[in-house]
Amino acid sequence: MTKAIEVKDLWKVYGPRKENVPLDQPEKLSKMEEKREAVVAVRDVSFSVDSGEVFVVMGLSGSGKSTLIRCLMRLVEPTAGSINMNGEDVSSLSNQELTQFRRNAAAMVFQHYGLLPHRTVLENVSFGLNLKKVPRREREERARELLSTVGLEGWDNYYPANLSGGMQQRVGIARALASDPPILLMDEPFSGLDPLIRREMQEEMVDLHQKTNKTIFFVTHDLDEGMRLGDRMAVMRGGSFVQVGTPEEILDDPADEYVARFVQDKKEMFQEAEKENKGKQDRKGLTEDVS
Amino acid sequence: MFPDAWEFSIARWINDFTNWLLTTFSAFFDALSGIILSLLLNIHSGLETIPWWIYILAIALTAFFTTKKIGLTIVLSILPVIVGLFGLWDLAIETIAIVLTAVVIAIIIGIPLGVIMAEFKRMEGLGRPILDAMQTMPSFVYLIPTMMLFGLGKVPAVLATVIYAVPPVIRLTNLGLRQVSQEVQEAALAYGATRFQLLKEVRIPLAMPSILAGVNQTTMMALAMVVIASMIGGGGLGYEVLVSINRIDVGRGFEAGISVVILAIVIDRLTQGFAKRFEPPSN
Repeated sequence: MTKAIEVKDLWKVYGPRKENVPLDQPEKLSKMEEKREAVVAVRDVSFSVDSGEVFVVMGLSGSGKSTLIRCLMRLVEPTAGSINMNGEDVSSLSNQELTQFRRNAAAMVFQHYGLLPHRTVLENVSFGLNLKKVPRREREERARELLSTVGLEGWDNYYPANLSGGMQQRVGIARALASDPPILLMDEPFSGLDPLIRREMQEEMVDLHQKTNKTIFFVTHDLDEGMRLGDRMAVMRGGSFVQVGTPEEILDDPADEYVARFVQDKKEMFQEAEKENKGKQDRKGLTEDVS
Repeated sequence: MFPDAWEFSIARWINDFTNWLLTTFSAFFDALSGIILSLLLNIHSGLETIPWWIYILAIALTAFFTTKKIGLTIVLSILPVIVGLFGLWDLAIETIAIVLTAVVIAIIIGIPLGVIMAEFKRMEGLGRPILDAMQTMPSFVYLIPTMMLFGLGKVPAVLATVIYAVPPVIRLTNLGLRQVSQEVQEAALAYGATRFQLLKEVRIPLAMPSILAGVNQTTMMALAMVVIASMIGGGGLGYEVLVSINRIDVGRGFEAGISVVILAIVIDRLTQGFAKRFEPPSN
């Protein structure tokens, strides 16, 4: 299987200039961190994502997951490491090549939608195509097609402010699909939504993934969401990947105490559900277990 | 007493420098002067040919369609009539011509400078102290260099007004561009916007309310300068005020003063209403 995303030894250190970061001297770097001279947001992260896979990065706020996803698009300039997406060496692209890469190879969905408030829904969806100078008629046709894909037919001429959060994110997803990129990067796309709507959107995303078979790199702080959507997931903490594996692997065999604590509740819920299926006799035993 | 022996004057060098400027660049100054004068005269004669009631009608319509308030519309359309009743209509038109010319020039200079300051951090560092100096400088001081280079008349009056009035539009263009939400800018970049596209498609449209607020303030400052500019031949309502001061004719000065205030109120409300139309829709 071909790799859609391949990241090797990726670092992002805020604070000192790129050339002054002592990546080869760990003690010196940790001293700088202690003195708050340097903040390591992404620490030596390597992973690869197969084409058509949904890869979830799960971590709490401050774990560096948002920085990581921004590094992939070079919205944040990585300090060191190599990024290969869709066969292109992203880390070494020139400005013009990077623009082309962003227009064609990957698209991003943002937590707070990132829609243009002064443009209509239709113009927002066709924004990427507009940047590529696709003729008006063609791009509007494509945008209408996508609006119906995400269930927003007839909302063409509304402005983002007229829409609910869930609908705005649908616009965000339609915009990402507009130029039909092989890779989608999603930065906590459903975090700001009500639980019911979030659930609905997650299900729609699964459908969409089955239909289009795009590679999806998905960032979330919600373990449930990660487990439901991810083919594989990585648990991130303090800038590093603590564990990478399928949701089941992580649940059954947590790599360390941090991950174990994280998945504990989830595990108990699973066990409870399992035992409930077995029958009433076991329930007594479960309550004893918990106490 | 400050020691006499330390006395040191730069007045002579400045005079020499101005003379040198004048003789060396006389062709340039003549050309610039010609352009500004023809712009001013065209605007003035254009404004003069419009009958008074068209102004009232235009003000009423713009006021109504931008603010949708009937009371405000009536007040704004009656105010200019008072200027006419004082017998100052033609002078008011002359003043508007000078203000309009100055504002047009200020916008042509100011908006690009504001954009440059927002795009390049260094330029902001350089521009800020200059703008601060321009705004704290007493406005009379502007009369001196413009008068030296262009003599007396309408052109130096317009130029002094431009120098005095241009800072707000530069500042608010810069500020507006910098205040555009980072998230929206990031999204635009993620979809492959070039720096120019980001500016044209996202930053300038979203900064428009701020830029127009700058234009509004620039217009107000230009109006405030007309009385001062009349000292070097600006004419219009300002000259009327100047004459009244010289003759200690309080009543006549008051009429002219009120007329300036009326112009200010009407222009301010109209441009503010106009600026609101550029705000992106919100809940």
